[in-house]
Amino acid sequence: MSKREKWVYALGVSGTVLLIVNLYRILLVLGDEMQQGAIYRIIYFHVPAAFIGWTLFLAALVASALYLWKKDLAFDGFAASAIEVGWVFCSINLVTGMIWGRIIWGIWWTWDPRLTSMFICWLLYGGYIVLRSAIDDAGQRATVSAVLAIFAFADVPIVFMAIRWWRTQHPSPVLETGGLAPEMRLPFWLNVFVFLLIGLAITLVRVDQEDTQRELEGLRRRAF
Amino acid sequence: MSPASEAVLASDVWKFHGDFPALRGVSLRTERGTCLALLGRNGAGKTTLLRILAGLSAPSRGDVRILGTAPRLPVTRRRAGYLGHGIGIYDELTARENLLHFARLYGVENKEAAASKWLERVDLKRVEDGRVREFSRGMRQRLAIARAFVHEPDVLLLDEPFTSLDDRAIHLLQNLLREAFARGCTAVLSTHQLREALELATNVALLDRGKLKFAGPRTQAMLDLPPSIYFETETEG
Amino acid sequence: MRGVWAIARKDFQSELRSKEAINASVSFALVILLIFSFAFEPTADETRAIAGGLLWIAFAFAGALILNRSFARELQNDCLDAVIASPIAGWELFLGKALASFLLLLVVELICFPVFSIFYGVNLTKAFWPLLLVLILGTWALTALGVTFAALTVNIRLRELMLPLLLYPALSPALMASMTLTTSLLTAGVFGANDQPWLRLLVGFDVIFTALALALIEFVLVL
Repeated sequence: MSKREKWVYALGVSGTVLLIVNLYRILLVLGDEMQQGAIYRIIYFHVPAAFIGWTLFLAALVASALYLWKKDLAFDGFAASAIEVGWVFCSINLVTGMIWGRIIWGIWWTWDPRLTSMFICWLLYGGYIVLRSAIDDAGQRATVSAVLAIFAFADVPIVFMAIRWWRTQHPSPVLETGGLAPEMRLPFWLNVFVFLLIGLAITLVRVDQEDTQRELEGLRRRAF
Repeated sequence: MSPASEAVLASDVWKFHGDFPALRGVSLRTERGTCLALLGRNGAGKTTLLRILAGLSAPSRGDVRILGTAPRLPVTRRRAGYLGHGIGIYDELTARENLLHFARLYGVENKEAAASKWLERVDLKRVEDGRVREFSRGMRQRLAIARAFVHEPDVLLLDEPFTSLDDRAIHLLQNLLREAFARGCTAVLSTHQLREALELATNVALLDRGKLKFAGPRTQAMLDLPPSIYFETETEG
Repeated sequence: MRGVWAIARKDFQSELRSKEAINASVSFALVILLIFSFAFEPTADETRAIAGGLLWIAFAFAGALILNRSFARELQNDCLDAVIASPIAGWELFLGKALASFLLLLVVELICFPVFSIFYGVNLTKAFWPLLLVLILGTWALTALGVTFAALTVNIRLRELMLPLLLYPALSPALMASMTLTTSLLTAGVFGANDQPWLRLLVGFDVIFTALALALIEFVLVL
């Protein structure tokens, strides 16, 4: 077993165990919230998904800059993996948000600032993933996607700021803004930690695939 | 003038496409005023090496010096001329506008005079205001040659310059190169057409699967290389 | 700077000669303006309220045709290699291309302006200079991102499809700013109290992405 595989198993197993413990707590121990009922529990998945998505996008930014500096394809593999997994977490955030909105607001989608910003970023990083699939040469793919990752991340704060201003001029449903109740804090932050472990485990698996893919491409060219 | 006596110096140059090594530790040196013919089969790494020398591509490992400086520095590129697979001229512009454009990019002092001189040299003066789109194949090739020479480079990097040239253009290019060598210009050219290249070359280097198999003076090379090398080089193209 | 002018001049000249991109872009913009008239009642009062959005959607979509050409123009005969091998720096190439595309986009937009004014009964003259300012800032945002992404996608298959896919989400803050500012100029005739942050956002967007493009373009060109 390689060192990376050991990490994958360690992260995956500890993440899963903690998740089961936490799920028990969230689903069976904690009571329903007064106004929202059972559906409020989605916050334990909705918010951590966004946190981990952004953590991975940030990691990808750093890896992309390092690639441009060092020209080591290992950084590119990590950046690509982090963005793909981050994008999945971003999707989880959007989908859980929609389910929550359907129950609470009665509608699947509203052009709420946070939803809209998240959606734009989802499109932005989705473009990154599509772009990678359109380039064959590994070096070119790495450079082009590294530059795009930097542009995308620079865009994110501007998108969030702009959408906020845009929507303040129009009436829009307001998300609840109160802090978490004390008994919710532990399971909430535990779930953030669990998502982080699982996110990292999946990213490492994906990094492994990138390495293998690169090796295969190299062998194929050599055979030719 | 930089103190280095070699015009082109490559030391332990590696280039990876992903995990695939297109160049594997190539080391070359070319004295000023010589002409190096790069031989090798398709995929041997000739184009990759020339692109690195021209500053179009960065080596993954190793170091390259052209006239003593790094290829990507503007001062180096100003003294180098590159002619790749494509002719590198614009169809919408006239022959004169093309040369003026590149003279401007190269910071040539007297653009108009340089353009006129080279249009004359490649015998396109009478059609200088015609759009390249309307030119025949041979005319376009001659204009491409003028484009590569318009800033009077000290080092010429030519990728398969004789491939697909007509006889007139081949003759013209050979003459221009001989003149250039006479004034101390250095050339590196990759080729499939052995005869044309060897007539000009003072040195020969053979690349095989990204490795330098042989480098030496031309006469010796022609004697030493096994015939199969010639055969492969000539047919695979 | 010498290289910037040389590139901009060459691009502008060859586009004016062939008029390929400019003709396509103007026609496309007019078609968009036409189709929008089906979406709502063009003479109604609310036209003015969404005029900014409408104009900028037309500009952004039609602009992609021009931006796509900016680097694709160099693919013919491998001209891009010849240019990169010449002693001009990557940032000079970017700036030259951006300048040419910017001017071409402005030409297209200024052609569309009177047509839009006639079709939708909107008076553009009462706030012409502030409108021109917004037009310049918004168009530069479109150009800076568009030319960078055109450079990123120039050697890629599906080039024409990739550019809009990448460009529009990234451009959305600048589009929002341009739309809001244009709408408020068309309705009120002057910048409103809410417009200052938008103006600053647009300037900031231009500065940030121009700087990023200038810093990173060399990586994209020399692989």
